[in-house]
Amino acid sequence: MEILVILVPLALALGGAGLVAFLWSLRSGQYDDFDGAAWRAIADDEPPQEAPAKP
Amino acid sequence: MRITRDFSHYVRTAGEGVQHIDLAVDGVHCAGCMARIERGLSAIPDVTLARVNLTDRRVALEWKQGTLDPSRLIDRLEELGYKAYPYETESAEATEVAESRFLLRCLGVAAFATMNVMMLSIPVWSGNVSDMLPEQRDFFHWLSALIALPAAAYAGQPFFRSAWRALSHKTTNMDVPISIGVCLALGMSVVETIHHAEHAYFDAAIMLLTFLLVGRFLDQNMRRRTRAVAGNLAALKAETAAKFVGPDEISQVPAAAIHPGDIVLLRPGERCAVDGTVIEGRSEIDQSLITGETLYVTAEQGTPVYAGSMNISGTLRVRVSAASEATLLAEITRLLDNALQARSRYMRLADRASRLYAPVVHATALFTILGWIIAGAGWHDAIVTGVAVLIITCPCALGLAIPTVQTVASGAMFKSGVLLNSGDAIERLAEADHVIFDKTGTLTLPDLEVTNAADIPADMFDLAGRLALSSHHPVAAAVAQAAVAKSPIVGAIEEAGQGVRATVDGVEIRLGRPSFCGADALVGDGAGLDPEASSVAFCKGAEKFILSVRQGLRPDAQAVIAALKARNIGVEILSGDREPAVRAAAYSLGVPEWRAGVTPADKIARIEELKRRGAKVLMVGDGMNDAPSLAAAHVSMSPISAAHLSQATADLIFLGRPLAPVVAAIDSARKALRLMLQNLWLAIAYNVLAVPIAISGVVTPLIAAAAMSGSSILVMLNSLRGRSASREIA
Repeated sequence: MEILVILVPLALALGGAGLVAFLWSLRSGQYDDFDGAAWRAIADDEPPQEAPAKP
Repeated sequence: MRITRDFSHYVRTAGEGVQHIDLAVDGVHCAGCMARIERGLSAIPDVTLARVNLTDRRVALEWKQGTLDPSRLIDRLEELGYKAYPYETESAEATEVAESRFLLRCLGVAAFATMNVMMLSIPVWSGNVSDMLPEQRDFFHWLSALIALPAAAYAGQPFFRSAWRALSHKTTNMDVPISIGVCLALGMSVVETIHHAEHAYFDAAIMLLTFLLVGRFLDQNMRRRTRAVAGNLAALKAETAAKFVGPDEISQVPAAAIHPGDIVLLRPGERCAVDGTVIEGRSEIDQSLITGETLYVTAEQGTPVYAGSMNISGTLRVRVSAASEATLLAEITRLLDNALQARSRYMRLADRASRLYAPVVHATALFTILGWIIAGAGWHDAIVTGVAVLIITCPCALGLAIPTVQTVASGAMFKSGVLLNSGDAIERLAEADHVIFDKTGTLTLPDLEVTNAADIPADMFDLAGRLALSSHHPVAAAVAQAAVAKSPIVGAIEEAGQGVRATVDGVEIRLGRPSFCGADALVGDGAGLDPEASSVAFCKGAEKFILSVRQGLRPDAQAVIAALKARNIGVEILSGDREPAVRAAAYSLGVPEWRAGVTPADKIARIEELKRRGAKVLMVGDGMNDAPSLAAAHVSMSPISAAHLSQATADLIFLGRPLAPVVAAIDSARKALRLMLQNLWLAIAYNVLAVPIAISGVVTPLIAAAAMSGSSILVMLNSLRGRSASREIA
């Protein structure tokens, strides 16, 4: 059971890291636009050069 | 006269040499729009940020100071096909956003703590039936305490604060039993841990907070979303005024940037955005949005004009007495204050439930303790059992029963074009059994339409429409719209107060007053024409026609009235307009109960009378004169075209031309109320099953956790049933 000495702090540290990451993402405004964020993930990258608009 | 557009009111400095503006954009629906707008705007040199928020339908823009005029950005958006308006965050919306973030932070903390405490609890539960050493168990309990106590102190804030507020006002709400339950569970667990006991309830307490915070967050998010939409709609109305910045120079500024004492120009066809007094000019104004009266009023020097009035014929100079709607008709203000006071007495379903619930639960816990002592158990065991009763009955499902349904129902209403102004509106709307409609702007459309277009040869009507494009008069605008005219006639001349004329292929054409077109005779014998309509004449050479223009009924008004009757809901019309106009509308809609020429005080008196008879009145109105009765009614609705004051007072707002959202909202609300009651019964049934187990003293933390999450999930699933399609009207 000595392994607990390593496992328990490790588990807590991982949980804590998750919490910190969540608070950071909240602070940086990543939850302000749920709908947009869903689409941005699958949007194409910006094309290297904008094609000239054709009439 | 030089006219400039001035958006400086909305531009703010965002850091070093960078300026920022928020725009509400109409017509952003998908990811494609998002990418197009962002690319299109980023292509402008010196634009440093262009980011679309798809949820709120807004664009945030930043550029290097002094390099760009914001109007250029708006023009660029227009080229891309989107109408954009500068947007200013109201304080109400800012509060909602901050509150929403706070709840999400609390939820994050609580969820983190729940997961970690659960990770420690499961070994304890399994260890209790196998071979765990008491020292190991204590160690795990202490670790749980270390996580759960600070997390509960932080994440419990929304509940503790609300409970404290209620208690200091000597009332109680749902948060009082929640707070007591959580505090006692945590306190008892600490004591038990000190005494090396087998069971501790850190997991149950923190899990309870997590579930309840989910409910709170959903509720808050729904309100935030409604506020954002309402804010955008206000921006899209783009209330601007032409303010004199020099003796002969005017600037088109947002209404928010107008101050008392300023002088604004009011041109024909414009809606006044401020309250003030006419200092120069003479015109007819349409005050129907304020008084409900559709007959035009003559305005001249000294006439007061109110925000929302439409200027019809002449140009006016107005000295501003109050920007937007700071001053009102004194009578309306007084009535409104009284009515609002009366309404605040309504008690929400959740509060009513908790008022019954809290004493029962606390008494049960107390009797459990006493009962065990009488039965010969020790103090310690009796108290532990009593607290276990509180934990198991803690209103987890009860706390979720109403917010989850509200969230789902408001989503359904949103889809059918209804916005919720207040959270408890759903409950009150579900109870409505009598609907009072205002006529002008509610049953009728706010804009004018041509009623006899079919009687006129299509080519003539087309020509009249094109000629109408050259006039600012609202009647002309209606003709142009009805004819779907696109290309104005070159060389058309507008004669103020008369009409427009032009020459096409050597023949003179005129559109305007019948006398202007020499068509007086046609009006005289126009027996088929509507007495309520204003007549406008069109002539081409010797051919003369009369167009009849009036506020038309909403296209589906008749179907909606029928649908309401089918639902056994009483319908009546109370209007400030003249009798013939109201009678005609009531007749064509088949509403036997109607009154005309009603004052705001009369409307309230009628509502009070119905209330005394036990009716729950839904008031649907748009005018400023309706605001007090909107507040006095059990529940109220306004169209989006309504006066500011009415919109702020109404519980619900519906969008678009059809009246159908009224019925759709009633249906959704009734369904939602049914689900709420079902959820409350589910929560009660759960308690009835769980409480005897708790009283008998055999509840372990495992049972508590399973029962709590089970009942919460059951209630949430039941709420989701509200998503299924609602019935069609008729």
